[in-house]
Amino acid sequence: MARRFLLPLLELVAVLFLVSIGVFLLLSLVPGDPAIAVLGEGRTPQEYDALRAQLGLDDPLLTRYGDWLGGVLHGDLGTSLVPPQTDVLDRIARAFPVSLELAVVGLVMALVIALPLAMWSAYHQGGRADRAISAITFGLLSMPSFLIGIVLIAVLVNTLGWFPRNEWVRPGESLTGNLSHAFLPALTIALMEAAMFTRILRNDLVTTLHEDFILAARARGMSPLRIMVSDALRPSSFSLVTVLGLSIGRLVGSTVIVEYLFALPGMGKLVIDAANQGNYPVVQGAVLVIAGVYVGSNALIDRTYGLLDPRTRRAHA
Amino acid sequence: MTTDVNAPHVLEVEDLRTVFHTPRGDVHAVDGVSFSLAAGETLGLVGESGSGKSVLGRTVMGLVASGPRTTVTGRVRIGGRDVHALKPAERRRLWGPEVAMVFQDPMTSLNPVKRVGTHLTETLRRHLGCSRTEATERAVDLLRQVGIPEPARRMGQYPHELSGGMRQRVVIAIALACDPRLLIADEPTTALDVTVQKQILDLLASLVAERTMAMVLVSHDLGAVAGRTDRVQVMYAGRTVESGPTRPVFDVPAHPYTDALLASIPRLDNPPHTLLRTIEGNPPDMARPPAGCRFGPRCAFVTDQCREAQPEAAVVPGGRAVACHHPLSRSILEGAGDGR
Amino acid sequence: MRTPSRRRRVDVVFWLGMAWLTVVLGAAVLAPLLPLGNADDSVKGLTAPIFASPEGLGGAYPLGTNNYGLDVLARVVYGARTSLLVALLAVLIGTCVGGLVGLVSGFVRGTTDRVVGILSNALLAVPPLILLIALGTVLDPSVRSIAFALSLLTIPSMVRLARANTITVAQREYVLAARALGAGRLRLMLREVLPNVVLPVLSLAVVMISVLVVAEASLSFLGIGIEQPRPTWGNMIAEGQGGVMEQHPYIVVVPGICLFLTVFSFNLLGEKAQQRWDPRSAKL
Repeated sequence: MARRFLLPLLELVAVLFLVSIGVFLLLSLVPGDPAIAVLGEGRTPQEYDALRAQLGLDDPLLTRYGDWLGGVLHGDLGTSLVPPQTDVLDRIARAFPVSLELAVVGLVMALVIALPLAMWSAYHQGGRADRAISAITFGLLSMPSFLIGIVLIAVLVNTLGWFPRNEWVRPGESLTGNLSHAFLPALTIALMEAAMFTRILRNDLVTTLHEDFILAARARGMSPLRIMVSDALRPSSFSLVTVLGLSIGRLVGSTVIVEYLFALPGMGKLVIDAANQGNYPVVQGAVLVIAGVYVGSNALIDRTYGLLDPRTRRAHA
Repeated sequence: MTTDVNAPHVLEVEDLRTVFHTPRGDVHAVDGVSFSLAAGETLGLVGESGSGKSVLGRTVMGLVASGPRTTVTGRVRIGGRDVHALKPAERRRLWGPEVAMVFQDPMTSLNPVKRVGTHLTETLRRHLGCSRTEATERAVDLLRQVGIPEPARRMGQYPHELSGGMRQRVVIAIALACDPRLLIADEPTTALDVTVQKQILDLLASLVAERTMAMVLVSHDLGAVAGRTDRVQVMYAGRTVESGPTRPVFDVPAHPYTDALLASIPRLDNPPHTLLRTIEGNPPDMARPPAGCRFGPRCAFVTDQCREAQPEAAVVPGGRAVACHHPLSRSILEGAGDGR
Repeated sequence: MRTPSRRRRVDVVFWLGMAWLTVVLGAAVLAPLLPLGNADDSVKGLTAPIFASPEGLGGAYPLGTNNYGLDVLARVVYGARTSLLVALLAVLIGTCVGGLVGLVSGFVRGTTDRVVGILSNALLAVPPLILLIALGTVLDPSVRSIAFALSLLTIPSMVRLARANTITVAQREYVLAARALGAGRLRLMLREVLPNVVLPVLSLAVVMISVLVVAEASLSFLGIGIEQPRPTWGNMIAEGQGGVMEQHPYIVVVPGICLFLTVFSFNLLGEKAQQRWDPRSAKL
């Protein structure tokens, strides 16, 4: 028990601790004076000094880190340097759901696109459809998400007017409005992931379809669709899960870019704006939260191997 | 079922040929094989690995069928219906209630991520359309019939939690689930421990007898075939070299290949320290089979005639047939003297 | 039969990709020598027409001009120079540092290995683009510092790959035999293990190039990487935002196609390299 749960948890904490040090150190190297960033130019030196003291910028690095970490552990990520000087945690709490929604909807879309394509492709292995799908997905993998996004906006939003322009409707206000605004950004996120998933799942399915138990299932008179879904998909989804884990990093990246492109008030926009303004408490807090969620979800994905393959349940889970 | 119950044969195979179109050329894996099988009858299909017997089994069932890379010609009738003339969906309806297969390796022929019970119940529900509970009951009953202790508990287990012998029993139970009239057992004991092999063969034999099924037992193990089949068909390089009732064929083989096969297995009645004979050389490359008799290059009695003309199956007395230009005279004489 | 003809067709695509890479690399290297227009002098650009449409090779502005009157062809060539320089430099740093660290850590094992493991896990714990943005707050947007930031992305996976291969190789019999014969650690590592680790690491490096070209483009697209007026494909594509692309599609299409073709070609090369040198990782 202890080995199974405590050790990975400890490692997770250690990694996050290191990340916090890294993030803190990195951003204490910010060129320029945060006091100027807050107050603007043209104040008296006394005013700057007072603010520096207030922000604790005169203390030694270790003390500052200790203060910051202490705050983080109490749920206090500090205050934004740039007006509005709100609580960083509040800002993150407002931005996070937007990003989460985009990423989750994008991921689900990617799977919805990828699963049937991969099954179709694998079933007709070597056929025309298979080769076409392979070529298209390979091409999509070479399309950076901002390129996909900018083209989709130009064509679908600005020229054809099929989708609403940049703005965000929170699901609380109007669920349909929220979904119609989330659709295109999520699709932008989904396309590249879908290409990746399709290729990996297709290759695994092709391997699985050569297994004896598939032949045996055919010999029992099962229909091709049923064999695909019930016999082939599950054993083939291990590497998909691995890739899902790896893809989360890319997913976060695409979400950031898409938020920037579509001007959506998510974590990505928060971080980019803060980075451009040298608003380091916001960057620190946001990066730490993103890293925490990222590491946590990867750890969760590791657990799902056991659910997929009963053989690894005892050894792995 | 709409099939003719009075059909004399459960299975009729006529001049069956399976050709695989590979990048290296056409491979004639099954090259003109005919036989038939009545209810309650067991046929042994023997030969070295690569002799085409497994492909034959799969083609008979229709698992191997004409497609972009495969051509099947000839005729297979199961219960009077031409398997290869059916549409794929109709053919699938035969698999289970009419014909079923027991595969070689129970480690790989059961889906590792599916519970034992699911294998059974999904088959039952697909073909017999029974409810979930009914399917479960029948599945437990089937597991009991194949000699699995604590069948109800086994239903919830995964294949890797069972021993090899138990798994093969599960595979047999699955094959029997819809009461097929024909069972094709493809090397059912090859992957098992020697101690378990006999149990599985005996189980198959008793189940076949109970249900008056017809069974094709594909095996390279002559010992497995000897005591448990009514007739035997010896395959070499995709063709039948010899066929007939099992006892006479094994006692007095007419084809040099059958003779060599039999001589290569140890027998209890041999005197101690008898050297086992081996067959020189390897089975031919099926993409480039030798001209004339395919066994020619490895045959001790090969003549020019063998190198030029492919021998056709000649009927020998006693319901036997042999495809050889120079059948072993001893057996012919004895076979003739048998007077059957 | 079917198979050979198919292989031939795939190869045609591959060689077209390599031809494109040769052209781009050649143009990037020779950019200062080529008779190109004004790529980044916005003062001079004041006298040139803005958003001039592409005129083809004969015209004054073969691929048109942007909103500062800068020549798009010249910018796309200089953009290739910057983008490729940054990506290649980053891969070089990442491969050398990551490969070496992985080799040592896989060979020495013990505490070193554990520390390296935790450090690279910590690097992997921040999603790549977020790491880049965080670094972007601190670093000045020069080629050197962007390349350094990008190399941090490649190091953890390089370490993992090199380490895993080292561990497998180090357990092989000929290495054990050499060890039994009294070969020194360093000698063993360089003579026996390194040659077996180089090829998989190199194949990952090739794959990484396309990843980093995309990452660099993303950064400059977001305005965090290399800044205007110095052209990179990313910031050129960013010029198309806000309704520009609808009016003047070439502003996005030209750098977009260059970026796509380059990434595509590097992906083809990477796939080939992995198939040949590291078949275990060649999953895609």
